[in-house]
Amino acid sequence: MPSRRILITGVSSQLGGRLAQALEHDPQVQTIVGVDATDPRHELQRTEFVRVETDPALLRRILSAASIDTVIDTRLVADPLLAPLSRAREINVVGTRRILAACGAESSSVRKVVFKSSAHVYGSDPGDPAFLTEQTTGLRPPRTALERDVIDAEAALSEFSAASPQSTVTILRFADALGGDLHSSYLSLLNLPVVPSILGFDPRCQFIHQDDVVGALAHAARHDLPGVYNAAADGVLAFSEVVSLLGKRLLPVLPPWGTVFAAAQLRRLGLPVPLEMLRQLRAGRGLDNRRLKATGFSYRYTTREAVLKLRAHQRLRPLLGSGDGAYRYEREVEEFLRWSPSVQQAGAGAAAAAPAGTPMGASDGQRGEGPYDDLSEAELIEIISSLETEALRRLRHYETLHGRRRGVLQALDRNLARRESNRRG
Amino acid sequence: MEDSEANDLQAGKDPEAGVTVEFSRTEPGERLPVRLEDLREQLPGLEPDRQVTDWGRSERLENVVDRTLYDFLYHLWFRVDVEGIENVPVQGGALLVANHSGIVPSDGVMVGKAVREEHPRSRSVHLSTDGSMAGIPGLGMLVTKLGAVADHPANLHRLLYDERALVLTFPEGRHGARKPIRQRYLLRPFQDAAFVRVAMRAGVPIVPIAVLGAEEASPVFARIGPLRRLTRLPGLPLGPALPLPAKFRIRFLEPVDTGEQGDQPWRDGRRVQSLGADIRALIQENLLDMVGARRSVWLG
Repeated sequence: MPSRRILITGVSSQLGGRLAQALEHDPQVQTIVGVDATDPRHELQRTEFVRVETDPALLRRILSAASIDTVIDTRLVADPLLAPLSRAREINVVGTRRILAACGAESSSVRKVVFKSSAHVYGSDPGDPAFLTEQTTGLRPPRTALERDVIDAEAALSEFSAASPQSTVTILRFADALGGDLHSSYLSLLNLPVVPSILGFDPRCQFIHQDDVVGALAHAARHDLPGVYNAAADGVLAFSEVVSLLGKRLLPVLPPWGTVFAAAQLRRLGLPVPLEMLRQLRAGRGLDNRRLKATGFSYRYTTREAVLKLRAHQRLRPLLGSGDGAYRYEREVEEFLRWSPSVQQAGAGAAAAAPAGTPMGASDGQRGEGPYDDLSEAELIEIISSLETEALRRLRHYETLHGRRRGVLQALDRNLARRESNRRG
Repeated sequence: MEDSEANDLQAGKDPEAGVTVEFSRTEPGERLPVRLEDLREQLPGLEPDRQVTDWGRSERLENVVDRTLYDFLYHLWFRVDVEGIENVPVQGGALLVANHSGIVPSDGVMVGKAVREEHPRSRSVHLSTDGSMAGIPGLGMLVTKLGAVADHPANLHRLLYDERALVLTFPEGRHGARKPIRQRYLLRPFQDAAFVRVAMRAGVPIVPIAVLGAEEASPVFARIGPLRRLTRLPGLPLGPALPLPAKFRIRFLEPVDTGEQGDQPWRDGRRVQSLGADIRALIQENLLDMVGARRSVWLG
């Protein structure tokens, strides 16, 4: 049963917001409700945002009022840098229990729960198989707080699945995600000019591009996939290869013995390397991603391509600035756009479902004329620096006339200004 | 969760049967079958620009070492003679099983080199090493880059079944590595016949190999206990730091078929044990035959 009425938790996170944007373009999806404790950071067209965290009583009312059939839970904090330990535990375990309590209430309309889990459930150990399959959990007691959190959260889903056999429960265990606007321990290392590592170890590492995270969650919404699935891009790279793909140098400053002590010194210098990261820098981790592929899902990027995308982003960031701040959520504006009878232009706000397959952020009314309409905003920004100045001017003209892609316009202006100053200098 | 049937292969225990098809609970027409047998078709494609394989093997480094050190050892130092190379299959996975001695796996390296050098297809061999090797700084990284894989049953299964590769294993394991010189060419009992189980499950033949010379090349005179805990090596044996130039003779024996042994033969502990004992006897017999036939340890 494809999902028609979807509730997304954690919609204000990077991945949750992008998931909502992706599902908005699916004509099969009638309703999308996003909940989170903070305001959304993404421009959402027809997603209804409700500011509620995980209160089961409130959630239950929302679920039954909107007769939600699918809950996609993207809140899991899968990185120790994103929240302090106690807060992470509250979000990951207590929060998951509360959401499941709301989903499992009597006469609940929820028929499917999709949970964004993490490959941290496996931990990282040199004695592990090189390609962990979905059954590899529980080989040893959890070693880190995050590992225990993820295991406990999945246990809660397991109980829920047993208690409500009418619901499909999908657990997707994601490898560390790469993407320009994400924050994680891996990215904080890989964004440094010189990447520290442990002397004498070259761990195997596997990532997933953020678009594929969104794609896998949407795939689970469109199809019924009961059970647990690993989601990681094809290809396991050596850490040294990742660093050299990024065009950086590896600096083995962490000693093989007393690593935790040395990491504490690094933290004092302002570079936090959490325990999970140290384990991964020593033992690495590879996932067997074939089970999800066997359900018909195909990844857009391999691990290598995801790293190359990260490199492009790292190179472009000084030119374009970060994408933050382009959108600000204003409740009154959003409500006006969605509900006011004065709003007439389709695509300006509360639009009917856009045609399927429309690239994100390009859903303006007049389409099909511009040479770059088939590119998404991010893709267009990436090629800007390779274009001729004259073509840029034409593109800018076109975008001001037709587009609503503010990010593209900003990037164009910045790039043009830069060329101008280069020409003079 | 329908995953209640834990896959013990991953846990390193007795492997579970391959479940054929699972269906999701949904209306007909929208079912998404997950064919666990067909996962072999879902292996990641090759990316030509990669420096290392998914296993961490670096072909560039391997080629450099192969053209220099291995060539020297193979042709000049050990002067390897090879018999029965045609017993190594031309295609498909196969588990190569050899006797083992010494902490420096010169026997493993030379078997791999022999297959690459003499075999019509020049197939490359993955050497399975003790799982604790990966935790040793420097060394673990080096052997991984040179094509070694930790001997976890799940790793071997993926190599043999999914990737249809050749894997070399030493069933004597760490006991073989610590075998004193006076017990040379007397095979230690195979601790458990895990390698037989792995081969049966993957449905690949076992190629027994008798290696003559390696046990004199890196003899173990004594070993020191306390150092073992300090270094985490599987028992530090006392012997020459460099392998001695003994004459090597490698005999590949007829492949032992493990495929047609009925339904799920790897579950039958007795059958697994008896096949393991058969293979051990086969290698032992050939070793003694080769020792009896040679004139000199150093000249062959």
